[in-house]
Amino acid sequence: MSAADSIVPAFTDTADVAQRLRGTGYLADNATATTAFLADRLGKPMLVEGPAGVGKTELARAIAQATGSELIRLQCYEGIDEARALYEWNHAKQILAIQAAGQRDWDATKNDIFSAEFLLARPLLTAISRTEPTVLLIDEIDKADVDMEGLLLEILSDFAVTIPEMGTVAAQRRPIVLLTSNANRELSEALKRRCLYLYIDFPDAALEREILSSRVPELPERVANELVRIVGVLRELDIKKKPSVAETIDWGNTLLAMTTGEESMKGGRLDESLVARTLGVVLKHRPDVKTAIRELKLG
Amino acid sequence: MGADTLVDTLTGFVEDLRGRGITVGPSNLIDAGQAMTVLDLLDRESLREGLAATLLSDHTHRDTFDRCFELWFPLGNAARREGFEVPRDDDGEADVEAMRETIADLLADPEAIADGRFDQMVAVIVAEFGRYESARGESYSVYEAMSSISPQTLIARIAAAMAGDGRDGERPGTDPLSRRSARDATNRLRSAVETETQRRMAEVRGRDAVASYAVPKLPEHIDFFAANPQDMTKMRRTIGPIARLLAAKLEFRRRRNRHAAVDVRATLRASMSTGGVPIELRRRKPRPGKPELVVICDVSGSVSGFSQFTLQLVYALRQQFSNVRIFAFVDTVDEVTDFFDRGNDDSQFGERMSAMLSKARVSTRDGHSDYGHMLRGFAEEYLDSLTHRGALLILGDARNNFRPAHAESLAKMRDRVRNAYWLNPEREESWDSGDSAAGVYAAEVQMFECRNADQLSRVIADLLPV
Repeated sequence: MSAADSIVPAFTDTADVAQRLRGTGYLADNATATTAFLADRLGKPMLVEGPAGVGKTELARAIAQATGSELIRLQCYEGIDEARALYEWNHAKQILAIQAAGQRDWDATKNDIFSAEFLLARPLLTAISRTEPTVLLIDEIDKADVDMEGLLLEILSDFAVTIPEMGTVAAQRRPIVLLTSNANRELSEALKRRCLYLYIDFPDAALEREILSSRVPELPERVANELVRIVGVLRELDIKKKPSVAETIDWGNTLLAMTTGEESMKGGRLDESLVARTLGVVLKHRPDVKTAIRELKLG
Repeated sequence: MGADTLVDTLTGFVEDLRGRGITVGPSNLIDAGQAMTVLDLLDRESLREGLAATLLSDHTHRDTFDRCFELWFPLGNAARREGFEVPRDDDGEADVEAMRETIADLLADPEAIADGRFDQMVAVIVAEFGRYESARGESYSVYEAMSSISPQTLIARIAAAMAGDGRDGERPGTDPLSRRSARDATNRLRSAVETETQRRMAEVRGRDAVASYAVPKLPEHIDFFAANPQDMTKMRRTIGPIARLLAAKLEFRRRRNRHAAVDVRATLRASMSTGGVPIELRRRKPRPGKPELVVICDVSGSVSGFSQFTLQLVYALRQQFSNVRIFAFVDTVDEVTDFFDRGNDDSQFGERMSAMLSKARVSTRDGHSDYGHMLRGFAEEYLDSLTHRGALLILGDARNNFRPAHAESLAKMRDRVRNAYWLNPEREESWDSGDSAAGVYAAEVQMFECRNADQLSRVIADLLPV
């Protein structure tokens, strides 16, 4: 079977991607829809970068939901290794099998204990051995050590895993693969070359308002407009941690919880003291809050 | 476009990107070609995003990519202006005042960018107001376009439109929040007009004539000496990543020493799943001490772009080192570590810099760089700050104004630290020309040319102590 045979496209074109993602509540911009479409159609993994909280992981979930796939997630961390990512031999069971076999011929036993029955498939192996539609999310790849990237290369280019004792397991059906990274570490050229690259930035005002109104529908439109505008201004300030989309949504919910919504407006604008009091929802560092209060003359 | 022209355009485009320092491998090119076969080529935005996804791998290169894309895959003028009516007076001339009103309303409208009205407006602005007749025929200029609509004077108007009219009795368009977003909107307009002007010029003069100046340099290739304020902002965005990458690199190199002791407890625990047979040895994680760093930075006017950048980098690096001490000098050296303290980052970096320049005793003589005096002063006063565990980093162009070099002080300093390096923002060819004492100092301490962020990150990554 040639490698291309295992690609089963899930989307018909970019508009289809955008529309079906929207159906799951994920509002994708043009770049995201196009890259997701290419990842699906060309059968290439996509590397997704961007500031924290712009919906990188959420994208994987949305794609899985839109295509009716199972989402298999591998969360990377420092020191993650082959045993956690690919597969592991079930040593305990192997030892039991050897003991139960008693005085059997060694060759027979050896073939026996290195078979699929004794293999514990971890996320990567699971993802490529499935025949049903699958989305594989390799989350925060930059947290893993460089060795881990080496392990990934075979999977990302050939969609196969070689197990020395058993041979190569090739994908029957290519999963849609997403890797996310916060750029804490430079990824190797080899890894980048195998991936499509998508940078998700903060959404523009119109998109963010749409996201806000889909997530916090009870928020009056005028308040939502104001919130998005303030968040936009905050992101332009010289601060340590820019507010994420998730935090904009939190802010909307906070205002709803504290007031009836309409009440938070004072003379056509958001009540400044209310903004100042709730800044902590979107800004997570004390100096940032101070900067915002000074620059926006809130206090 | 036929298939051949399409391939030619794509390879030409990729060649152009490569020429500008963006690495595009052959496999990326093949991917891009494949992407073009499955994408709807009439949808220009998809094509652009598709090519970006397959060709790029660093988002700071996106600016450069986009401008190149404009040159290689231009959109016809008619398509850009469609749907936007220019207000005209009775003689058929464009009505500037009415146009400015429209512009202000559009800039205040958050939907305008998403639905394409912003782009149409920009196209119209350049076509109507940016055009002039030059000696070489039809020409377009940003200056012409921007001076007729003068968006700075529109800020109050935009702010008022954003805030909604006539509220609260106070004058509309005066609250700082609205003014700020109005200013951001006009900046956006300006850069869009620049792009559009260059695109038009490319159409009139041909791609190659414009390509050399129209496409911005990659942030890591901007010269410290030639950087203007916009460039500095762009460069500043590369600092965070550089500092983090350096930290990660250090971490990695230190981690590689896996001579850590066996963790008996963890090993025994792990052996439980194998019936008490310790198949896997678990080791303790190495906990290496953080290195120390002493930075001496020239802050005189001639190297200000460089020193601002490097101080910011040093500032970012502070988290990675257990102990960073920063010294600054023009002709006299003074410790300025406190100005870059983590605790006071409620004031901006620029303010801190100017506070440092005015308060620290960095200039006690005539205000011209004097490396010799600085070195001697350092060797007398601060020699204790150098230890065998630390590294010394000197940042400056070594232009000594023909004063005594006092290289022996430098030698004394070098002997006290494990590593000492000198980063020089000048082109290596101009070292030792004129009043430069680069050679004298380079004989004592290894000196590196460090003209842009790219070189800086490479140099530091290779030499930082581990």
